[in-house]
Amino acid sequence: MDELPIRAGDDVVRVRQQVRAVAGGAGMSLIDQTKVVTAASELARNTLVHGGGGAARIEQVTNARGKPGIRVSFADSGPGIPDVDLALTDGWTTGGGMGLGLSGARRLVDEFSLTTEAGAGTTVVMTKWAR
Amino acid sequence: MERVPILKIGSTLLVSIQVDLQDQSVQQLQEDVAERIAATGAKGVIIDITAVEIVDSFIGRMLSMIGSMSRLFDAQTVLVGMRPAVAITLVELGLTLDGVQTALNTEKGLRLLSGRS
Amino acid sequence: MVDADQARLAEFLGAGQPKVLDQWTEAAGRGVSDRISPAELRRELAEILSLTVAVLAGQDEAAAGQLRAVLQELSRSRARYGFSPRETAATVLSLKEAVYSQLADSVELLPAYLGFTRFVDDLGLQTFEAFVGAREQIIADQAESMLELSTPVVRLWDGIIAVPLVGTLDSARTQLVMEKMLEALVATEAEHAVIDITGVPTVDTEVAQHLLKTVVAARLMGADCIITGIRPQIAYTIVSLGIEFGDVLTKQTLADGLAHALSRSGLKVVPA
Repeated sequence: MDELPIRAGDDVVRVRQQVRAVAGGAGMSLIDQTKVVTAASELARNTLVHGGGGAARIEQVTNARGKPGIRVSFADSGPGIPDVDLALTDGWTTGGGMGLGLSGARRLVDEFSLTTEAGAGTTVVMTKWAR
Repeated sequence: MERVPILKIGSTLLVSIQVDLQDQSVQQLQEDVAERIAATGAKGVIIDITAVEIVDSFIGRMLSMIGSMSRLFDAQTVLVGMRPAVAITLVELGLTLDGVQTALNTEKGLRLLSGRS
Repeated sequence: MVDADQARLAEFLGAGQPKVLDQWTEAAGRGVSDRISPAELRRELAEILSLTVAVLAGQDEAAAGQLRAVLQELSRSRARYGFSPRETAATVLSLKEAVYSQLADSVELLPAYLGFTRFVDDLGLQTFEAFVGAREQIIADQAESMLELSTPVVRLWDGIIAVPLVGTLDSARTQLVMEKMLEALVATEAEHAVIDITGVPTVDTEVAQHLLKTVVAARLMGADCIITGIRPQIAYTIVSLGIEFGDVLTKQTLADGLAHALSRSGLKVVPA
C-alpha cells in the first residue's frame, strides 16, 4: 500500500503514475487502466483544489474469487461537501466552471463510496477490478 | 514546470503534447497559444494528443477553452491523435469537448483546416 | 504444531512408503488404467506421498506449500486430459485406504489415523477445487477466443471500415467490439465506420447504450460512425425502451451505409 501526499500540482501527476503502475500490475486492460487513472486524477484534483490538500492511499486488492483489482482512497480535512446528492449529479460545478468530476469518476470505477462532514473533510474510496 | 513547445507551419500553429502534463502546464499552454495566435495571425491550431494517455475533466476543459479562445481570434482548433482508451473514458465522463474539432491525425487535421477534407 | 500421534504415524509411513505406494497405486489405478499407465501414476503418487509424510512430520516448513502446488498441477493436468472431477479426487482419497491396509497390525496408530483421514479429505477437496478452477479457466479462455473470432473489422474501402455483428450481443462483447473498432480507426486511418447489426436478433438497453457510446467515441477521435441493419423488431425495442439515438446516423442496410460513407468521402460509383 502506498500513501501519497496531495499538496501541489505535481502530486496529482504522481498519483496518476502510481495508480497506473498498480493497475498495470493487477493485470488490467489498457482501457480499464485509463479509466481508473482518470478517475483517480479527478479525485486527486478535488482533494487538492476543494479539500485544501490531503493524501491518497493506493493498494492492490483481491476479491473473494481471487480477481485482482486496485483500491484508491482520497482523504482531506477540508470544508466537506454540503450536498452530496447534488454533487453526485451530472453537471454540478463549483467555482470557475470547474466541476467536481465526482459523478464522472464514479462511472469509471466499479465501487465508489464517499463520506463527508461539513467542516471535517471528505473521504472517497474507489475500487476497480480487472476483468 | 514544462512549457509545451508551439511550432508554426504556414498559418497553422502545431502543438504536440508529449508528457503527462501538470495542471499548471496546461494553463500555461492556454496563455502561450493565445499569445502566439495574436503575434502571428495564425488561422488554425492543431493540438496533437497522440502521446497523451489521460485526459480528465480538467484537461478536457482546458482543451475546449483553447478552442473557444482561438475562435475569438478567428482561428480554428483541431484536436488530433486521440487514443481509443481516452475517447472511451471521455464519453464515460460525459465530456463533449466543445470548441474544438477533431481529426484522426495531423495530416487530416491540416486538411480539415484548409477546408479540403 | 505436530502431536505425538501424528509424528508416530509420519514415521511409520516414512518407513513403509514403498508398500503404501504400491497399495495406493493399485487403488488409484482402478478405472483409469486406460488413460494413465501404472508406472506414470506411481511416479505422480510417489511425489505426493513423500510430501504428505513431510507435512505430517512437521519438520519441513515448505512441504505444505509444495504439496498444495503438486496437487494443483495434478488437477490441472487431469482436467486437461478429460478425467472427471470424481476420478481426480478419488485418486487422492484412495490414499486413506492404502494407509489403512498397512495399519491393520498397528493398533496404537489408529487414533492418529482419524486425524490423517481428515487431512487426506482436505487434500481431496483441494484437488477438487483446483480441478474446477482449471476447468473454469479453460471455459474462460474459450469464451475469449470465441469473442475475438466473432468480432472482425473489415475494410470496405479506403477510409471506410465495417464491423458486421452476428449473434446475440452482450455487454462484454459489445465493449470488445467498441474497442476493436476504435483501434481499427487509428490503424487504418479510416474516417468512416459502419456498424452493421443485421445479424443481431435483439438489442437491450445496455447494448444500445454501448453502441451509442461507441459512435460518440469515434466522433471524438475524428471519425464518423453509422449504425446499419436495424430490423423492425429492434427498431421497436429501441423506441419502446425510450433509447434516444439523437443525431447518430442509422441506415437500413450495410449497402446504404457504404453509399453514405463513400459520398461523404467525396467518392462516387459510376458504371464502367
